[in-house]
Amino acid sequence: MKLVIAVIRPEKFEQVKKALEAEGIIGMTVTEVKGRGEQKGIALQFRGKAMPVDLIPKVKIEMAVKDADVEKVIGIVRANGRTGKPGDGRIFVSPIESICRVRTDLEDPAEL
Amino acid sequence: MVLDNGDTAFILICTALVMLMTPGVGLFYGGLVRRKNLISMVALSFVALSIVTLQWVFFGYSLAFGPDISGIIGSFTFIGLEGVGTTGDGIPDLLFMVFQMAFAAIALAIVTSAVAERVKLSSFIVFGLLWTTLIYDPIAHWVWGGGWAAQMGIVDFAGGIVIHISAGFSALALALVIGKRVGFGQYSMDPHNIPMTLLGGALLWFGWFGFNAGSALAADGLAANAFVVTNISAASGALAWMGASWVRGKPSSLGMISGAIAGLGAITPAAGFVGPLAAVVIGTVSGLLCYYALLFRIRKGLDESLDAWAIHGVGGFWGTLSIGIFAIASIGGVSGLIAGAGEQFLLQAFGAVAVTVFSFAGTYVIARCVDALMGLRVSEDEEYVGLDISQHGESIQV
Repeated sequence: MKLVIAVIRPEKFEQVKKALEAEGIIGMTVTEVKGRGEQKGIALQFRGKAMPVDLIPKVKIEMAVKDADVEKVIGIVRANGRTGKPGDGRIFVSPIESICRVRTDLEDPAEL
Repeated sequence: MVLDNGDTAFILICTALVMLMTPGVGLFYGGLVRRKNLISMVALSFVALSIVTLQWVFFGYSLAFGPDISGIIGSFTFIGLEGVGTTGDGIPDLLFMVFQMAFAAIALAIVTSAVAERVKLSSFIVFGLLWTTLIYDPIAHWVWGGGWAAQMGIVDFAGGIVIHISAGFSALALALVIGKRVGFGQYSMDPHNIPMTLLGGALLWFGWFGFNAGSALAADGLAANAFVVTNISAASGALAWMGASWVRGKPSSLGMISGAIAGLGAITPAAGFVGPLAAVVIGTVSGLLCYYALLFRIRKGLDESLDAWAIHGVGGFWGTLSIGIFAIASIGGVSGLIAGAGEQFLLQAFGAVAVTVFSFAGTYVIARCVDALMGLRVSEDEEYVGLDISQHGESIQV
């Protein structure tokens, strides 16, 4: 099992969510976050003065997925979350040590 | 030329009620945009109130209500409020001036619908000044200031033509010039704060009592009639829109309050001419008509973002026609089709069409000029981070 964490543009979230759902990826935890990348946000010009806006709102999606599905999930997020401009976000993949469901006493990745 | 204490007290209160409608529009619109543009949206209404206040004092009032020049515009007699004092017929002239000023302010605030989430504040200030001077003031003069429409016998009790048709169709023209928001039709731009929109709508409904009842310019039976039909039409509009949207899905609270405003916009011109049962029909038809106008706008892919056109423009147009159908001579001295007089309907239709064409075409030209001179909209980056930060340097704490 892997934890796929995608940080994407908020306006692309609905599109990404629908595309994941269409491929059977249902479970996710979503958080509204703020962040910045290599550009350090966006530098606006106001009356000739630079006005940096370094923390930009993003949406963070966390999904626990089977190892075999990781590439597919990454592909879906990339295809649907992309505008081609800086600020499209990042995808992180981490191993999951264990998973347990709160409702039952079982502890098993298959519980997903 | 004797002042009446009761009338004066009543119109003072009505003026304050109407003033509250302008930030009410701001809150209504503020809840409908994305969170990054909330401050901008509310601020635009305050900006409208401030621009119009000064414009009105220096020359706007004189252009609208100064002595008539060829039926087209008022003369500069009252420039700088020269000769507008504490005396008057029933109420002080100064009070009539400020009551009318509150009307002009809300008209411009309604127009901000068209530029939501993408307008450059500096350009809006210039546009607003030009719009109030070149579109609103002449129309107010035509209908209320003794201009050609008044001379022909076209009536508008509290601003169906002057405010709602003019602001609604101007918003449509302005939206065409400024263009769609980035991502319009591609991704979700759902309202971020419905309770705030409901609060703004409530303030509008409340303020509308001052708007319509105050337009009697006296604390009398006509004011009472206007007050009553205003409430009836709002309620009918709210239920009609809610019902129509229920058939297609859920009875949204946003639909309900939008319907109320559609009903209010439609009864505005007619409030001093029709009775309570006519108000039920006027409000119901307005709720349905404006709802289908909104669906039409969305189907056509027009980003008149917050529906000033669908609600105020279409509602005001219908309300203006409705006088020619439902007016009863015993209320406001005008008879409509049902009372057996067809002429008023033709007059109302002519007035509505003329003002529609003038406000749409005139605003289109003004907006094109402002756009060419200084650019109406912000850069794509500024639009992306939102106008709260890019135009005001402020943001909502999360």
